[in-house]
Amino acid sequence: MNKPLRRIAIFCGLLVLALLLRDNYVQYVQADGLRTDSHNRRVAIERYATPRGNIIVDGDPITGATKTKKNGINDFVWKRTYKDGAMWAPVTGYASQAFDASQLEKLDDGVLTGNDDRLFFRNTLDMITGKPKQGGNVITTLNAAAQKAAYKGLLSRGKGAVAAINPQTGAILALASTPSYDPSAFAGNTNTDAKAWNKLQKKNNPDDPMLNRALRETYPPGSTFKVVTAAAALENGLYTSADQHTDSPLPYILPKTTTELKNEGSIPCKNASMRIALRYSCNTVFGKIGADLGKEKMLTEAEKFGFNSEQLTPVRSNASVFPKTMDPAQTALSSIGQFETAATPLQMAMVASAVANNGTLMKPYMVDKLQAPSLDVISQTEPEKLSQPLSESNAQILQDMMETVVKEGTGTQAQISGVTVGGKTGTAQHGVANSEKPYAWFISYAKLPDGSSPVAVAVVVEDGSANRDDISGGGLAAPIARDVMKAVIDSKK
Amino acid sequence: MSSSSNTPTHHTSTIGSIGAPSRRNTELALLVFAVVIPVFAYANVGLAIDDKVPAGLLSYGLGLGLLAGVAHLAVRKFAPYADPLLLPLATLLNGLGLVIIWRLDQSKLLQSINQAGNAAPRQLLYTALAIALFVAVLFFLKDHRVLQRYTYISMVGALVLLLLPLVPGLGANIYGAKIWISVAGFSIQPGEFAKIVLAIFFAGYLMVKRDALALASRRFMGLYLPRGRDLGPILVVWFISILILVFETDLGTSLLFFGMFIIMLYVATERTSWIVFGLLMSAGGAVGVATFEPHIQTRVQAWLDPMHEYMLSQSGVKDGIIHSEQAMQALWAFGSGGTLGTGLGQGHSELIRFAANSDFILATFGEELGLAGVMAILVLYGLIVERGIRTALAARDPFGKLLAVGLSGAFALQVFVVAGGVMGLIPLTGMTMPFLASGGSSVIANWALIGVLIRISDTARRPAPAPAPSPDAEMTQVVRP
Repeated sequence: MNKPLRRIAIFCGLLVLALLLRDNYVQYVQADGLRTDSHNRRVAIERYATPRGNIIVDGDPITGATKTKKNGINDFVWKRTYKDGAMWAPVTGYASQAFDASQLEKLDDGVLTGNDDRLFFRNTLDMITGKPKQGGNVITTLNAAAQKAAYKGLLSRGKGAVAAINPQTGAILALASTPSYDPSAFAGNTNTDAKAWNKLQKKNNPDDPMLNRALRETYPPGSTFKVVTAAAALENGLYTSADQHTDSPLPYILPKTTTELKNEGSIPCKNASMRIALRYSCNTVFGKIGADLGKEKMLTEAEKFGFNSEQLTPVRSNASVFPKTMDPAQTALSSIGQFETAATPLQMAMVASAVANNGTLMKPYMVDKLQAPSLDVISQTEPEKLSQPLSESNAQILQDMMETVVKEGTGTQAQISGVTVGGKTGTAQHGVANSEKPYAWFISYAKLPDGSSPVAVAVVVEDGSANRDDISGGGLAAPIARDVMKAVIDSKK
Repeated sequence: MSSSSNTPTHHTSTIGSIGAPSRRNTELALLVFAVVIPVFAYANVGLAIDDKVPAGLLSYGLGLGLLAGVAHLAVRKFAPYADPLLLPLATLLNGLGLVIIWRLDQSKLLQSINQAGNAAPRQLLYTALAIALFVAVLFFLKDHRVLQRYTYISMVGALVLLLLPLVPGLGANIYGAKIWISVAGFSIQPGEFAKIVLAIFFAGYLMVKRDALALASRRFMGLYLPRGRDLGPILVVWFISILILVFETDLGTSLLFFGMFIIMLYVATERTSWIVFGLLMSAGGAVGVATFEPHIQTRVQAWLDPMHEYMLSQSGVKDGIIHSEQAMQALWAFGSGGTLGTGLGQGHSELIRFAANSDFILATFGEELGLAGVMAILVLYGLIVERGIRTALAARDPFGKLLAVGLSGAFALQVFVVAGGVMGLIPLTGMTMPFLASGGSSVIANWALIGVLIRISDTARRPAPAPAPSPDAEMTQVVRP
């Protein structure tokens, strides 16, 4: 009987071996995935075990932490609080005991909770010396005054979004979206929190307040896209100066069709120069430029400005769209920001910032530094060049054109005394057969007397309540852009 | 061969009046570790949770030490040649189990849903009862071959034990599996005891029938096919397993009994064909029953996609099936432990909620002691099993061999089924981790099992009685096993 006994011994050994292998798989190979799975309650328990670190703007925290009320068995000790939560929500996102976290709260969770690998050495020291674990801070690039101006302006207009960037570095200065939400309302895990959360969900609230319009909504950019088309024309040598006549006909028939591309009102677009065409926002001129350049050249230029790719700021921004397959008529339409062209406010702010920064597009970012609990800097974001959509000389030609728009064109409401402002208005039609109320756009930058540009901004207002005729980028969006730019310039003084 | 010219070497010994080493002192030294390690673990839990050494440390340490001491003295007295590893291994597992049960008792969440609170003192009491039974086994069972006489009584006893949970008014359906009976406020799992009784029956029966089963067969495609009439017993056992599966909806117990029978049948007959038959039949039976038993289907689904099952349990769908988050919660506990674990008392395995300190206790080890701790526990189990099989190899009588391998095999299968289920290797079944899990039946039955193995190993390792003194006779030389 001993031969089968030995085999049974081997069999039992194999059973144990199978268990050991499985254990290694679960606790070693899969361990990290399981440990950080957002459904794993330990993630939330850990997140709220210590007072969470803060998100900081201009040296002041815009977040806080408070002890959770002890009612029954609550394994979350601390709760997140926010100052001006609704205003900052597009930046902070939320951190909720019951509903996970989003945006900066989620992306930099490791630092905020103090669990980041980069804090390992300090945590180990603290463990030895018996100090309680603390969270680190996230220091943002935002400008409180600019954010306030943006949010206040949007509130008075209804729905919309603002993105403002420092053209020289790519640092995001303002990021506002309305309607917004207060993340404090559902930071806990009580029934009240759940009710507040449900009320904010898109299915219960058609305004979708939790949508970060500045980064995640793509709108047809309308005439503001003409800046990109003008850049393409200059870069490809179609025209070499702002005042060269473009030989554009009026009326202009879209290539290979019988459809006429119309302008808004009767404006002097026939054979206009690009300066004139941008000043009056001539669809015919820029439609023709787009068709003349062809879709390849337009696509190349648009992608240099950042279209068709996501931006990680580190909060992800949706990719703006410039269509890849189209016929010449559609190319013409796309070149004036219609057809399938769609852009996030951040994208259009990037367009303005590249022009303002003499043709160099910087990578947009909103986290300046990550700070350890001891206030040591863990990491510092260095400005990074993303691309060079146009040469310095062409950028200056385009600046000249955009400054004309604000000086004497559709964008006069953006003027700031003592500062050179360049901009472009846009009124984007959308909906089936353009039936819905158009979006009012304004993109602009400010240039100081010394030639440096501290801010570029994009504003979009989806004003559902305004009279259709009243909607124009110059009327609704430009004043907000002006206030944001002014706030940035004033805060520098 | 002449003894006068042949001195004993390492490989041979001469059976004379000198005894083989009893290894009792080795056992005692190991037992000290088996008691001290859990005591340190207990202090560790207290320091981690309350920042102070738990008040019960002394009484707990003394209690465990006393129980281990009594067991050791009983072995020293009644089974002096027993295997020296079995007792310390079982004591260590039992002690660590007590620590973790106490640790889960401290969880407010588990207290609030009545899953823990005073389980540790009760478990210590059960352990005392179990050690008493262990001593009784050694005292009353002077020779395991006595059990052979009770072959058919064992059969009846095992059947009664297995069918008890089905008796109306006595059986209790706990979380879908009907493997419990409820007597005077105590929940008893008769299946745990049936495991031992059934092994006695199989050993006795197979010892008698092994020749018929082994020799009378036809050869077909390289396999020895048993005669139709010899298929009888295997069919009966298979049928009973299926009945357990259908009426008690317990895949684990069913698999355990059938697996134990196949192992013993294979050892008795030395015919591989029985294993092929056994695997085919158990697979067929399990698949067949699973097609119409929703409880088992749910378990299989939870195994294939624990995340989906977790989502169902959270969304509160009403489809007439109890969806459980346990499988996913256990995996999260293991994963969160990682390589070295969070440290005792610092995990969150209470999130498993139901049966966190019984069926799922291994998950707490996984979270708080990590991969290293679980591997150590699994190796301890592996050692118990291999010492049991070593005992079977050393046993001199076929009944002892069969009984030892049956008990060890059943123990191995149980560990595999429970640990595999909790770690997501196989579908979950309602069985408890031997020695670790909270529950009286399990700890009492498993100490009895160790008692029987120790008795067999004592008989096996005991030196043969000295031959009648005869100055002229040459001493016989044997090769040590």
